[in-house]
Amino acid sequence: MWGTTQIKQNWANSLTSQTHLDRLEAESIHIMREVAAEAENPVMLYSVGKDSAVMLHLAMKAFYPSIPPFPLMHVDTTWKFREMIEFRDRKAAEIGMDLIVHTNQEGIDDGVGPFTHGSAVHTDVMKTQALKQALDKYKFDVAFGGARRDEEKSRAKERVFSFRTAEHRWDPKNQRPELWNLYNARIHKGESIRCFPISNWTELDIWQYIRREQIEIVPLYYAAKRPVVEWEGSQIMLDDDRVPPELAKTAVEKYVRFRTLGCYPLTGAVESTADTLEDIIQEMLLTTSSERQGRTIDRDQAASMEKKKQEGYF
Amino acid sequence: MSHIDSLIAEDITAYLEAHENKSLLRFITCGSVDDGKSTLIGRLLYDSKMIFEDQLDALERDSKKQGTQGENIDFALLVDGLAAEREQGITIDVAYRFFSTDKRKFIVADTPGHEQYTRNMATGASTADLAILLIDARKGVLTQTRRHSFIASSLGIRKLVLAINKMDLVDYDEAVFKKIERDFLEFAEELSAGIEIQAIPMSALEGSNITGASDKTPWYNGPSLMEYLETVPVDDARISAPFRMPVQWVNRPNLDFRGFSGQIASGTIKPGDRVKTLPSAKETTIERVVVHGGDLDEAVAGQSVTLTFADEVDTSRGDVICIASDPAEVADQFQARVLWMADKDMLPGRRYLLKIGAKTVTATVLDLKFGIDVNTIQDKPAKTLGLNDFGVITLGLDQPIAFDPYDINRETGGFILIDRMTNNTVGLGLIDFALRRAGNIHWQALDVDREALAKQKEQKPAVLWFTGLSGSGKSTIANALQQKLFGLGKHTFVLDGDNVRHGLNRDLGFTDVDRVENIRRVSNVAKLMSDAGLITLVSFISPFRSERRMARNMMVDGEFVEVFVDTPLEVAEQRDVKGLYKRARAGEIKNFTGLDSPYEAPEDPEIQINTVEMTAEEAADQILNWMRERGWFEA
Repeated sequence: MWGTTQIKQNWANSLTSQTHLDRLEAESIHIMREVAAEAENPVMLYSVGKDSAVMLHLAMKAFYPSIPPFPLMHVDTTWKFREMIEFRDRKAAEIGMDLIVHTNQEGIDDGVGPFTHGSAVHTDVMKTQALKQALDKYKFDVAFGGARRDEEKSRAKERVFSFRTAEHRWDPKNQRPELWNLYNARIHKGESIRCFPISNWTELDIWQYIRREQIEIVPLYYAAKRPVVEWEGSQIMLDDDRVPPELAKTAVEKYVRFRTLGCYPLTGAVESTADTLEDIIQEMLLTTSSERQGRTIDRDQAASMEKKKQEGYF
Repeated sequence: MSHIDSLIAEDITAYLEAHENKSLLRFITCGSVDDGKSTLIGRLLYDSKMIFEDQLDALERDSKKQGTQGENIDFALLVDGLAAEREQGITIDVAYRFFSTDKRKFIVADTPGHEQYTRNMATGASTADLAILLIDARKGVLTQTRRHSFIASSLGIRKLVLAINKMDLVDYDEAVFKKIERDFLEFAEELSAGIEIQAIPMSALEGSNITGASDKTPWYNGPSLMEYLETVPVDDARISAPFRMPVQWVNRPNLDFRGFSGQIASGTIKPGDRVKTLPSAKETTIERVVVHGGDLDEAVAGQSVTLTFADEVDTSRGDVICIASDPAEVADQFQARVLWMADKDMLPGRRYLLKIGAKTVTATVLDLKFGIDVNTIQDKPAKTLGLNDFGVITLGLDQPIAFDPYDINRETGGFILIDRMTNNTVGLGLIDFALRRAGNIHWQALDVDREALAKQKEQKPAVLWFTGLSGSGKSTIANALQQKLFGLGKHTFVLDGDNVRHGLNRDLGFTDVDRVENIRRVSNVAKLMSDAGLITLVSFISPFRSERRMARNMMVDGEFVEVFVDTPLEVAEQRDVKGLYKRARAGEIKNFTGLDSPYEAPEDPEIQINTVEMTAEEAADQILNWMRERGWFEA
């Protein structure tokens, strides 16, 4: 039995066959190189999460030995976990890529935040509007995003090169056909493209790749003892002193981790003791609810993500 | 999610090692909603335990609200993503689904079945290894089955699964199954050679023969759908084909390193291999196969790598690196099969951008030889190709490209056509063969008539005849309009006193006879220019109605546009930009129009411009709008 497995392994590693991760990696690299060659002013949207970590790693591989020929951009709502910001700054410096951080100043001036304005307004002003502002300001014609088709039903139909009007709108009825690996990146002035190089990856692929390539991710993904409070049906972490005092008073220390990372008041923690990659993957494979459920934004109404995307949410 | 796999709980590391080495199968499902296609995919996801509990809850809720299965789960709702589609109950676009079993990982392109979505199906088929053709057991092989088989096989899919569904509605009758299988095999002889066909009787609704053998079909000994998908060999023909790699990006981090990055389209490559870069046909030797983390001893089709050469060989994006002993062909004229994907028809003579590999060139459709009826696979005469039409065309490129026939190499023989104005992808093409080798410059017979010349410029010719008093603003407006037309990519020329009277007409004076001759000559030049496909702006006082009528009659119907630049004499005289009125009043100029020579204002001009009330810019916009409303820019 052992012998058979051994032979199979060798065969799989021989020239005749690439594993599914090899195929996904090669496809993503191909997509990134197309953008680098055809776009005038591309940017990689870097959200600091695990998908972004994989995307960044792929970019390093795609252009090696060159440094990826585009900057990273983070839309900072000012409500991200502090560990994310530290991680972001350190990573960009390590790789030597330019990092652009954009925050919606109008939103700051108006005091917009999740506790005061709710998740919908906060996300719209500090994320969707902020992203549009940043793309307009720097006149990026192609922006890489880390969205995957397996995340959500409307994303299953989005193209790898997803066209946006000058008003940043997505028209799901009017998408360009994508044939073979021939991507059409031609646009008129003012229009832009969101490019999703990891469209065909699943959540499990991401984790396996992180494990195989030993990609560093923000420690928040690993379980640790953290102060959490119950807010709007989710367990959120007490990341700074902006949590309303009466709520902060209820904080308890628990072993938790995060399956996705975003604004800390909008990102529900899950109780877990998984503190290695293997444990996380095991937990994910045995768990019973899908990844995005931790995010408040999807639950609003049916087809909500599709609507948000038409309006410009990444 | 639970792959029911105790290994996950017991030994996650062992599970991960095993899963990491799974192969990948990409397949497409073709059929219409009525055949139960979405139901089948939903069932595959459900049975392979790829549905999370929260999704299942949502599914049960949605099934009651929108479903078509009463109280039962409507699996179709799981896969029909876009809101509009859910409301209409049809799958419009290509949706990609992911699932895995213990043996394989799968990417499914779920594509619509109706004829109006042929292009969506082709899109899904372009990256698939295998196609599942759904057939309603009650209906048998239909026109759409034939259409789907034709498109799938044209795009190079060599494995077809005939999923004979809804067997529950024909009491799992073997005779029904056998007849459909026979009908299909008979038809399949018309498809390209070398296609493997597996027919499976099933019921997606009841789950029969989906993941395991069904006791409802004891007469069927073949594999269940899942068994087949898990075990069908994905023999990668690309690896045994000769080496090809289109250069995507020239990698130059510093002066010491110059590499060529790309994804290997076919074959294998290792240091020391002799290669040829096309179309330049220069030979060199591979020095290194570079990837992050160390050089490779050998790389194969599908891998994204960076190659370095032993010699300085000028190579840039779009070139194709080939094994020197068996290089690709190079040509600038082809015969190709094309599937049209745009609302606006494909017309012979029109120019598009063609993207193949990493190269984009300009292509002219030389000839549409015939259309192919996708339902009967028969040739049919055709003058144009509309949305979802399939046809055989010849193409001429502005420069030679490297390629292989599509049937030999799917990676280097497929191209897309892009509309130069809208930037949309309007067609897909499969190269059949080169019409001749590049180098002998000799174009295919194509009647270069005035229509062809205009089409080449993608415009409708026009003679915009500006008439009005001296100093009325004719030339100013004509120049403003020319700038705008130029900005729209239109080909124009302005004929005015400055460039005609100083050359062609310098022997003419300002007597009535000379004025008539002047206009006759200008009209003829304008006519020739419109034959050449240009939009000609004639800016002449042209005071007499009869001469303007002569000019009009000389032009092709509808191409003469009289623009009356209506400026009252007092205003023109007041402006007197060139000081001519002053000199005429002083008696220095004789026969001056408006003073001692008459100006006959047009009675029924196509466009009348009131220069007292608008600027030259606004006047130009008025003319532009007039042209746009009459479809001048849709040619």
